[in-house]
Amino acid sequence: MRNNNIEEVICVACPKGCRITIESKDDNIIDISGYSCEKGKNYAKEEFENPTRILPTTVRVSGGEFPLVSVKTEKAIPKERLLDAMDVIAKLEIKAPINNGDIVYENILNTGVNLIATRRVAKKDG
Amino acid sequence: MKSKYQLAVIGGGPAGMAAALSARKKGVEDIIILERDKYFGGILPQCIHNGFGLEYFNQELTGPEYATKFIDQLIESDIELRDETMVIDINSEKEITALNKEYGVMKISSEAVLLAMGCRERTRENIKIPGDRLAGIFTAGTAQRYTNIEGFMPGKDVVILGSGDIGLIMARRMKLEGANVKGVFELMPYSNGLIRNKVQCLDDFDIPLKLNHTITRIEGEDRVERVKVAEVDNNLKVIPESEKWISCDTVLLSVGLIPENELTKGIGIDLDFNTGGPKVNELRETAVSGIFAAGNVLHVHDLVDWVTEEAEIAGRGIAEYLNGNRAKRKKSLQLEAGDNINYVIPNKIDFVDTSRKFIKLFMRVNHPMEDVEVHLNYNNKVLLKYNKDFALPGEMLTVNLPEKIFNKKMKKIKISVKKKEGEGINEK
Repeated sequence: MRNNNIEEVICVACPKGCRITIESKDDNIIDISGYSCEKGKNYAKEEFENPTRILPTTVRVSGGEFPLVSVKTEKAIPKERLLDAMDVIAKLEIKAPINNGDIVYENILNTGVNLIATRRVAKKDG
Repeated sequence: MKSKYQLAVIGGGPAGMAAALSARKKGVEDIIILERDKYFGGILPQCIHNGFGLEYFNQELTGPEYATKFIDQLIESDIELRDETMVIDINSEKEITALNKEYGVMKISSEAVLLAMGCRERTRENIKIPGDRLAGIFTAGTAQRYTNIEGFMPGKDVVILGSGDIGLIMARRMKLEGANVKGVFELMPYSNGLIRNKVQCLDDFDIPLKLNHTITRIEGEDRVERVKVAEVDNNLKVIPESEKWISCDTVLLSVGLIPENELTKGIGIDLDFNTGGPKVNELRETAVSGIFAAGNVLHVHDLVDWVTEEAEIAGRGIAEYLNGNRAKRKKSLQLEAGDNINYVIPNKIDFVDTSRKFIKLFMRVNHPMEDVEVHLNYNNKVLLKYNKDFALPGEMLTVNLPEKIFNKKMKKIKISVKKKEGEGINEK
């Protein structure tokens, strides 16, 4: 049995940065307070129930004009999987040429989300 | 290669790219962009994180994606693009001296010039941290380039000084790449970065942010081994009893940016003390007719979206200059910084233009305030007030100055940020 729990999140919907308090019992929200707008309330709810983030990072490239290509998860993935995703991405190496938007890796950690390139990397001259 | 152009753009970052494209759309022909790096986009390709484009494209992009949108348009245009080309001098006759591998020393003359050299990071030498001269001390942006473009990890145990956005972004980046980030130390009593970055880069990874703290010494043999950190008092003086050593092999500095105006000074254009850039009118034209400036070379922006917006203003201004299609006011209208305003861009209004509805003012405040009014004052009378929920040094403050409210006779409008009247004296 879990007891009443109080959690604070700082809203990032705008620069005001409201401190929003979420009171919950057994993972169910009882009350949200401290927000100044509807965006903030929704953000707090989502941060409590399922916090997700887009993961931007790089992948090694062979035969390219640059040694790395910047990539991101096409959609946000659960926040607690970010470091696990980095472990997978650390082992990747892809071949140039790469286009902006190319899928670099499919369905990372079975999240249903693809990793895509965010930059063009041409083949190395010669 | 040609030696005469209508417009020469110095720097192929977000400001240079957007200004060149906007000038081209307004009919300017013979445009060249001179870029010293191997690629266009300026600092954006190394800013691999998302959060760009929300204002300008209404879409969340990473830095490289934001840059690609402009690079693609440039490639399709007839604008001449020269990378790995370093401009070393510009004179007031708009003659440019540049260097590259292919042509050696080049002389170019241009009817108009856009200064878009961006900015540089302040270094350890700028802020004078005592201690040993060691490997392992980087500006955050240099570490970002190593990590995101060149493919080197700057170190394993990292201490970050300064909570500017690049510092916060690099805290997360180092952590994601397996480093141990021991903390971010900020001299001021508030974070200088965007709230979003504080939450998503530090809080998400339990990286501590120590406000009112600084590094007082860096020590080691050949490489950084430890730093001494200390708390500071209200006057930013170190409290000696609070000093303690932290072991680390890497120090990243995110302690401010300085517009890079060596070339500007060479032309003979004076720099504004508060912005670090040249003074400009509403078209972003400097004191030398036909030489314009936009982006971080003019004043340091927190969002690239506003660099783009400003560069497009400059691009249109360049087209008007080249067309001779502008009517000068008898006297400039000066826009002066008042209470809690560090600077206002543009610095002055030089032209009469009945077709424009308003002039957007870009400002930065000196210290954080909540529930404020922005006052436009003329002769000690308030012309216009704007309400804002907050004014933060880390976030550019903008208001639209309607064309209707100022006239030909006015010489000076002073802009101030005041606490909203009638309520709240609980300012922290």
